[in-house]
Amino acid sequence: MFGLGTTNSLTMDKPHPSSLLDTGVQGAISRPFDRVDGPKKVSGAATYAAEYEFDNLAYGFLVSARIGAGKVVSIDADAVRSLPGVIDVVWDFKRFIRVAGQGGETKAPTQGVQEIAFSGEIIAIVVAESYEAARDAALQLPVTYEAGQGVFDLAVNRDEAYTPPDLVTPGHFAQGDVDKAMAEAPVSIDVTYTTPSQNSAAMEPHASTAVWEEDGSLTLYGAYQMPTSDASQLAKSLGLSAKKVRIVSRYIGGGFGSKLGIAPESVAAAIAAKQVGRPVKAVMARQQVFEATVRRSNTEQRLRLAANADGRLAAIGQESYVSNQPGEDYFEPVGIGTHMLYAGENRLISHLQIPVNYVLSGSMRAPGEAVGMIGLECAMDELAERLGMDPVALRKLNDASIDPEKGVPFSSRSLTAALDEGARRFGWKERPVARRDGEWLVGMGMASAVRGNMLMESSAKVEIHPDGSATVSSAMTDIGTGSYTILAQIASEILGIPVARITLELGDTNAPPAAGSGGSWGAGSSGSAVYLACEMLKDKLAKAMDVEADALTLKDGMAIGANRSVSIGELAGEGLEATGHIKPGKQEKETTQASFGAHFAEVGVNMVTGEIRVRRMLGVFAAGRVLNAKTARSQCLGGMTFGIGAALTEELYHDTRNGKLVNHDLAEYHVPVNADVPQLEVHFLQERDIHANPIHAKGIGELGISGAAAAVANAVYNATGVRVREFPITLDKLLAGLPDMK
Amino acid sequence: MHFTINGRAYEADVDIRTSILDLCREHLGLTGAKKGCDHGQCGACTVLIDGRRVNSCLTLAVMHQDDEITTIEGLGQIGDPHPLQEAFVRHDGYQCGYCTPGQICSAVGMLDEVAKGWPSHVSEDLAAPLLDDGEISERMSGNLCRCAAYPNIVDAIREVAQAEPEGRTADEKDAAMIGEVLA
Ligand code: FES
Ligand code: FES
Repeated sequence: MFGLGTTNSLTMDKPHPSSLLDTGVQGAISRPFDRVDGPKKVSGAATYAAEYEFDNLAYGFLVSARIGAGKVVSIDADAVRSLPGVIDVVWDFKRFIRVAGQGGETKAPTQGVQEIAFSGEIIAIVVAESYEAARDAALQLPVTYEAGQGVFDLAVNRDEAYTPPDLVTPGHFAQGDVDKAMAEAPVSIDVTYTTPSQNSAAMEPHASTAVWEEDGSLTLYGAYQMPTSDASQLAKSLGLSAKKVRIVSRYIGGGFGSKLGIAPESVAAAIAAKQVGRPVKAVMARQQVFEATVRRSNTEQRLRLAANADGRLAAIGQESYVSNQPGEDYFEPVGIGTHMLYAGENRLISHLQIPVNYVLSGSMRAPGEAVGMIGLECAMDELAERLGMDPVALRKLNDASIDPEKGVPFSSRSLTAALDEGARRFGWKERPVARRDGEWLVGMGMASAVRGNMLMESSAKVEIHPDGSATVSSAMTDIGTGSYTILAQIASEILGIPVARITLELGDTNAPPAAGSGGSWGAGSSGSAVYLACEMLKDKLAKAMDVEADALTLKDGMAIGANRSVSIGELAGEGLEATGHIKPGKQEKETTQASFGAHFAEVGVNMVTGEIRVRRMLGVFAAGRVLNAKTARSQCLGGMTFGIGAALTEELYHDTRNGKLVNHDLAEYHVPVNADVPQLEVHFLQERDIHANPIHAKGIGELGISGAAAAVANAVYNATGVRVREFPITLDKLLAGLPDMK
Repeated sequence: MHFTINGRAYEADVDIRTSILDLCREHLGLTGAKKGCDHGQCGACTVLIDGRRVNSCLTLAVMHQDDEITTIEGLGQIGDPHPLQEAFVRHDGYQCGYCTPGQICSAVGMLDEVAKGWPSHVSEDLAAPLLDDGEISERMSGNLCRCAAYPNIVDAIREVAQAEPEGRTADEKDAAMIGEVLA
């Protein structure tokens, strides 16, 4: 993937104590710049996947399987071919992908759609002159099925659960003896929490417009988070060489994991476009996004905590059941944060996968932590109560000074600082005991936050033009995270070129390959690639100026050194370019890297109706250098709101008779709305991480969700005295336990 | 059929099944209004029809030949933005931007509803509703934002409506953030 010429390459084998972002004088980094792509977004001029215009464009509408398991016997295309406007009905039982690709995977996702593995599987596409005609024909298309055996009820297949192969986290991990520690501990907790399947529900439905070029290559305008690996998935699915596939994803209407890998509409659009000889646009209906992309797996988590009388943890156990389709390796890594959050000698963190014929499980924002921290942090709340300890104090006492399993140091870790700062800002000392406000019971809760930090191989090219402006290009994406803006700020800070004079070209696999957006690695990985390119350019400018790079100051378009001041454009001559390339190295083994934080929430619970309202919420976060205070804050607002949804409203229901997703739209799957979210507060702690990368920043996009739901849940308990362990906490689960209004 | 959109006359040959949303996006090159659900569940497609906010996925083009339709493109453009467009940028009232045109059109319609004295579910005084944060949130709840820019959306609308409490203008928020990350 990474064909490298003259590039500035860095493998993170050693710490990188210095950073040009600290010595730059442009004053661009960290500041709350407005998004550079903002004016386009607010005026409707940003172009999303379904918004490119082509002559002769044909519309595709996907056909969804209406049984939950079995096979397709026949498709009666002739029945709809004669409808006005219909061009063709296209299917390819071998090459259509049955499920979406997983993030970062370079192989094709599971292919073959004659066999139906779940209700809603995409089996064909109808192509027509208009969207209306395609939709009509797709809904009328007669399909004959042969029903097969499927497992649609998780309870039925519980005994078939197996330990999945290790992924980002081990399937099974044991250290010491948790059973023994539980038996011997003066205080312990043994509880089971469940969380339901969830959907990312990005506001832009998955969409692909496929255009075959004259040389036999394919350009796909798609809504994809990771174009570099997605192009590889798409090429393999179609039987093309990777060079023949270009993906363009300049603007993406949210992803939250659901657009990490290619989804079925991409391959269907490509095959249909080939067959009808025209560009084909295929946009998933919202129901198809729910039914045929990815879900976050449901979880059932047994939490065991054993503590000494002083509150020090002797054992931590988190044994989880999760689910996925038979034959799919991905498992929801529930325990991923538990490995490193708290100290404690005896540890058991395991996963059992239940095969089930539901839509594929995959990564949704903070896979693992988003749900695993619900179990762990609610159990910690229960333990604190049993110990008679303050929940903040319990967590501080068990803050780990080194990785409790690997024995290596943390690259940086500000958990205690975040807990203290959050407690102070939120007024935790005034935590009420049974406070009443009219007919509302009011309570406060808190939880820790942790999210592993990842560095992924990425590259970027930076050019300085003769007029002193610059262009940054990379196959990196901006899914709302702020990549366009922070990459401009990094280049600006190092090159001394104002942000307004830097053009960003992202979301195109014609640019240097990058890991894209996912797992909160985007800023650290792509930002470092841009950093390295700029570092090389600074050297070139120094050479042109005939000074040492250290003695060169770059600011506002001017190069200053050796008592001279020359414009950067002039120094660049015909133009200069450099490619930066970053790779993970030994640092990720020699240190454990994660961002940390703390959530505090205050809720009101109505004594009559059980309605739960989040009244206040604060997140304090430490994630290395903050690259843009404004976009970073927004990432945290988004994460915390996902937490509110997970705590109170979000739940996918599958029909246990046929696996059909019952609530497959935005009216029935309840994401938080404006009125559900108060004026959330976000505070960042100052931190630098020299082990993470040369920009000293760690991931932030998923930190805000980690622990957020638990803080809300713990506040509900504090308000009501009712401990709900089956998420989401809906009012029906509270009502019976609420005190009478007196 | 003929339509008046953003003050401009358009002729288009569309299906009777075509929604205003698809008319704009697929026939007229006006892709500012977004399709999030096509079922009136998300608000991404919000436009103004005769000044009122409407989910354009839920209304057919044939019904609106004589109406004035305003989409995000008609509110303002790059270089000449509507005050709400500017405020959304300053307050970061978006992330991915997909719900944003709908949010902004909805906010324009909503402020007009408040100016006319229309109460909402949370209005204390049904005869003369006040535009506080609770009112803004309630009235904007038909516009989903999965990126969850809600607090910033409320800030942006409040600032434009000139109902801002201390410390919540874009400039004041920026100053506080600079203090935090560049201490
Ligand atoms: S697209 Fe119209 S409300 Fe969702
Ligand atoms: S900005 Fe992404 S959905 Fe609102």
